[in-house]
Amino acid sequence: MQAKGKVFKYGDNVDTDVIIPARYLNSSDPKELATHCMEDIDKDFVGKVHEGDIIVATKNFGCGSSREHAPIAIKACGVSCVIAETFARIFFRNSINIGLPIMECPEAAKAISNGDEVSIDFDSGTITDITTGQAFKGQPFPEFMQKIINADGLMNYIKNK
Amino acid sequence: MGMTMTQKILASHAGLESVTAGQLIEADLDLVLGNDITSPVAIKEMDKMKLDSVFDKDKIALVPDHFVPNKDIKSAEHCKCVREFALKNNITNYFEVGEMGIEHALLPEKGLTVAGDVIIGADSHTCTYGALGAFSTGVGSTDMAAGMATGKAWFKVPSAIKFNITGKFNEYVTGKDLILHIIGMIGVDGALYRSMEFVGDGIKNLSMDDRFTIANMAIEAGAKNGIFPVDDLTISYLKEHSKREYKVFSADPDAVYDEEYTIDLGTLKPTVAFPHLPENTKTIDEIKEKIMIDQVVIGSCTNGRIDDLRIAAKLLKGRHIKKGMRLIVLPATQEIYLTAIEEGLVRTFIEAGGVVSTPTCGPCLGGYMGVLAAGEKCVSTTNRNFVGRMGDVTSEIYLASPAVAAESAVKGYIAAPGY
Repeated sequence: MQAKGKVFKYGDNVDTDVIIPARYLNSSDPKELATHCMEDIDKDFVGKVHEGDIIVATKNFGCGSSREHAPIAIKACGVSCVIAETFARIFFRNSINIGLPIMECPEAAKAISNGDEVSIDFDSGTITDITTGQAFKGQPFPEFMQKIINADGLMNYIKNK
Repeated sequence: MGMTMTQKILASHAGLESVTAGQLIEADLDLVLGNDITSPVAIKEMDKMKLDSVFDKDKIALVPDHFVPNKDIKSAEHCKCVREFALKNNITNYFEVGEMGIEHALLPEKGLTVAGDVIIGADSHTCTYGALGAFSTGVGSTDMAAGMATGKAWFKVPSAIKFNITGKFNEYVTGKDLILHIIGMIGVDGALYRSMEFVGDGIKNLSMDDRFTIANMAIEAGAKNGIFPVDDLTISYLKEHSKREYKVFSADPDAVYDEEYTIDLGTLKPTVAFPHLPENTKTIDEIKEKIMIDQVVIGSCTNGRIDDLRIAAKLLKGRHIKKGMRLIVLPATQEIYLTAIEEGLVRTFIEAGGVVSTPTCGPCLGGYMGVLAAGEKCVSTTNRNFVGRMGDVTSEIYLASPAVAAESAVKGYIAAPGY
């Protein structure tokens, strides 16, 4: 599995309230949620993001509310992967459970800049910043989580078991 | 190697003699919780997979509490979806608007959460039940769906940070000040992926309501769970509220902790978290400038319990909030609401110039019942002060205890009694 796209870069502690504000949680439709994705931290995001683009952030991405609407909105925008130094734990679980690829890689999260062109090889865990030529080694998922991802999410995984 | 309290509970529910930090396990669940925001997504997941039954109708709690009484048509549709699912599956613990409360205040009160339980909830503040000596943690809607279908969830066994609590609070210093102090000290990711285990001879000086507040905000330090030892106070609370059998676990004497902190309650001062992170804390005497405010909110799963309302009413009795100020009080459950009426607290709030709402999470997450306009400032007893959390992205939230909130409502600026 591969991903390639332009980077939208954010800082520490991007919380799920800014990823998808609660005022839109009266809907659970992915397409509708996607139209408000990142609205309270970057109101231009929805207008600029293209299929395959990548979000890069530093520490504790997805902290706060457990709303699964946050990774759902990001995925529905066409984002192919979120790279961060660390993820908040509920966001981490939710992303795996809904099949939004995420990768913990402190070096990449620090070095990659907004607007860079980045490619990711999920099998090897290699993250390449095409703009700067730098390559990074991301944290591969434990086997157990890979099984969930390969089953296309937790619900398929338990159904197949 | 010894196990922490959390690890022992997880091991027992995974059918294992022992577990170690980092191990992936599958554990049996005693309760699966969802609300009107998260349950519809879980119900859709179950429908999609054609899973048409739940593992145990008595071990699921559905509490529409975020946008109820229904704030708009879309919210009403969500609540309808939850109601129909509850009816179809004959869910024992579905709480209609007249019998509800904010989930994390309601479930302990109804005796649905007891010591030794493993509980998941599709709400990040599910960690609240650690106050009773249970392992409880927030998850998303898909985990909730899988939990409702199978009665099981996978966990990565957490390591832990130990907080040794000593001493006793000074007057008007409460559990909220302690947890804000801790978050200020270790940061919003200071306990990421880990347990926060509270121990020490100061625990006996913490009321149950204080313990609920403290465990509730463990997530604001990134923790997987916060947990308290079970003592006489816990047992009398459990006996008063629940018919369920509880089980007392305690950490092994040789349990290993990543870090240890000792905190003397007597050294703590009223503490306020400044915008826009719960870790931006200042003690009241460190706030040199007068921060004028527009609104005060007293309530939520963090601070809407009876102790919270009593301390606020004590400070508001015979006084009036500053002209132009909005004070919104939200008792966290119908039972707490009734007690507040019987004790005259509601009269005190209204006579002081406040408004008292039925239980709802509404204003805490900028849903309704107290949304902030551009540039407005609010002192709130809730748990998050992120950008735009309560309304416009330029509004500001200052997190504080009910005592600080009440005093600030009277003064019109951030203030604490006795300072």
